[in-house]
Amino acid sequence: MKLQRKNMLRASALGALVVSGALVLTACGSDDNTKTGDGASKAAAPAAGDIKCDGAKGKLLASGSSAQKNAVELWIKNYMAACSGVEVNYKSSSSGEGIVAFNQGTVGFAGSDSALKPEQIEESKKICTGGQGIDLPMVGGPVALGFNVAGVDKLNLDAATIANIFNDKIKKWDDEAIKKLNPGVTLPSTAIQAFHRSDDSGTTENVTKYLKAAAPDAWPHEAAKKWAAPGGQAASGSAGVAAQVKQVDGAIGYFELSFASAQGIKTVDLNTGAAAPVAATGENASKAIAAAKVSGTGSDLALKLDYTTKAEGAYPLVLVTYEIVCDKGNKADTLPTVKSFLSYAASDAGQKVLLENGYAPIPAEINAKVRETINSLG
Amino acid sequence: MASTTPTQIDTAPPVAKSGRSTGRAGDKIFAGLSKGSGILLLVIMASIAAFLTYRATIALSENEGNFLTTFDWNASANPPVFGIAVLLFGTVVSSIIAMAIAVPIAVGIALFISHYAPRRLAAPIAYVVDLLAAVPSIIYGIWGALFLVPQLNGLNLWLDEYLGWTYVFDKTQVGVARSLFTVGILLAIMILPIVTSVSREVFLQVPRMNEEAALALGATRWEVIRMSVLPFGRSGVISASMLGLGRALGETMAVATVLSPSFLISGHILNPGGGTFAQNIAAKFDEANEFGRDALIASGLVLFLLTLLVNGAARLIIARRKDFSGANA
Repeated sequence: MKLQRKNMLRASALGALVVSGALVLTACGSDDNTKTGDGASKAAAPAAGDIKCDGAKGKLLASGSSAQKNAVELWIKNYMAACSGVEVNYKSSSSGEGIVAFNQGTVGFAGSDSALKPEQIEESKKICTGGQGIDLPMVGGPVALGFNVAGVDKLNLDAATIANIFNDKIKKWDDEAIKKLNPGVTLPSTAIQAFHRSDDSGTTENVTKYLKAAAPDAWPHEAAKKWAAPGGQAASGSAGVAAQVKQVDGAIGYFELSFASAQGIKTVDLNTGAAAPVAATGENASKAIAAAKVSGTGSDLALKLDYTTKAEGAYPLVLVTYEIVCDKGNKADTLPTVKSFLSYAASDAGQKVLLENGYAPIPAEINAKVRETINSLG
Repeated sequence: MASTTPTQIDTAPPVAKSGRSTGRAGDKIFAGLSKGSGILLLVIMASIAAFLTYRATIALSENEGNFLTTFDWNASANPPVFGIAVLLFGTVVSSIIAMAIAVPIAVGIALFISHYAPRRLAAPIAYVVDLLAAVPSIIYGIWGALFLVPQLNGLNLWLDEYLGWTYVFDKTQVGVARSLFTVGILLAIMILPIVTSVSREVFLQVPRMNEEAALALGATRWEVIRMSVLPFGRSGVISASMLGLGRALGETMAVATVLSPSFLISGHILNPGGGTFAQNIAAKFDEANEFGRDALIASGLVLFLLTLLVNGAARLIIARRKDFSGANA
């Protein structure tokens, strides 16, 4: 009996050790991306005058892209502080899931990294009585190429070199092609370890669209959500790729800028052909989005991005995410809330929140159309 | 353990007989309940198999690739193309590595606990080994990804340098150790407790007479173990290994956290890449559409069959060995 009790004690001490060890490990594992959140609390707590609550009431459900999650959550926080009695709930899943939920009529609006496809618009006509689903570009953001090379703080690359790195053609950091783009920088002969997303991702789609458009000779693969190039290593989710880049010497990977700034990962400046290489910042991304053309018809404001822009200070590797609503035939009980919430998101105050948190605001010209469209929603 | 069941059954009938006199109603209810539990188990197994088969046939009928030989998994695309070759390879290889590492160590620990260690030390060691089984697999995964992978980089380079000529240990692709080999090591740690504790139980049941007879003949301790303990325990160790193999085949989270997934088959087990059934299901399920899920279920059916096959083979081996160890008992 005595012996047994002793064993139990010993076991529980060991148990405690294992558990606390596990806690320490998980603490390392959960890569904290809440930095953006902190920024927000300090940033513009907007004057109530910016937010017009007229008619908004009850509960509004929304769902979709995780790329715009941080931005939407900040809007919701400010919006709900200004309009009492209204609850907006954005479920961050994926663009695909958001569109499915929208077309089933379970959400007031959906968030998506890519515009509606023709068959999805066709499907949306069942939900939007007398109308159809439309895309409203609301949040832009740079996709950063994060790198971890010992002794290198600043790195310039162009599209062709990036394509060759991810294609497994350039294998060492001191490759001639990289040296030529970085005069004066001492590059080590470390092997390059390129990381891509193992899951289907809107970020992958935007990166491959960029490579396909800006370096068609070096990038033979089709642009898609699924990574198509051979070689390299994979990790799940933006957080997973960022964690690998942070951990591995010689690594390079892509993710939204917020993941890089949250973990202090250095990012590549793009040599676009402009006078100086362009850094990945919300402001520079915004300049590239300004070159975009509206490709949607009617009130649909889907954008066609110009990935080959050479404009000064424009960072072309960008991602635009949309809010998807019905132009006509939104549900009567949530329509006022949708209009009032999206009006705030598209307002100067709402767009300012983006810039302060590493996202890129939508350029004024396109934003004006978005506001107009929101006002006409029925 | 399995080898001792027959003796228990032999002693059972007299107990049952004496129980019968206490009343018929209780006897009937209990018989009904235990029969019901048995049937319930069969019904559950059958419905799982039926569900898997039904959903799998939907997926297989639409597959544009070859289910057995295609090196790709694009089930949610149109047209869907997917195949299990890579998954089957990765599952089997990582499990073999795990078994090759875990079984000798587990047998060693079990022998140490049962025959070498002083009793004072044996109990705590047994407890610690059992405790390994209580750690959730996601914890192993996080530990593997954050601690084991960076630590193994050196071992990988060493293996590549000195054993690279074996082809298997030739590391041809740059990258951190997020490979099938690392997964095998992690799985080995995870199956260690179950293999150890079952083997230990078996070794403890070796008849004292056998051991003492061997000692009386002048055998050393090693010879006692070789001549009486190991032959007696062999079938038990095999069934213990198969229990461990079952866990290794189906392990999900730890593998998904550590492995760098890719749809390539490579005999170079140090290269990052590869995939297993369970890892692929966990990774793809969230973003799969209705049909994509059917395809994943089809791969689940293959894993189900693989596990059945392994268990069946284990039973066969044990059945063939039973006479021998039974005679000793």
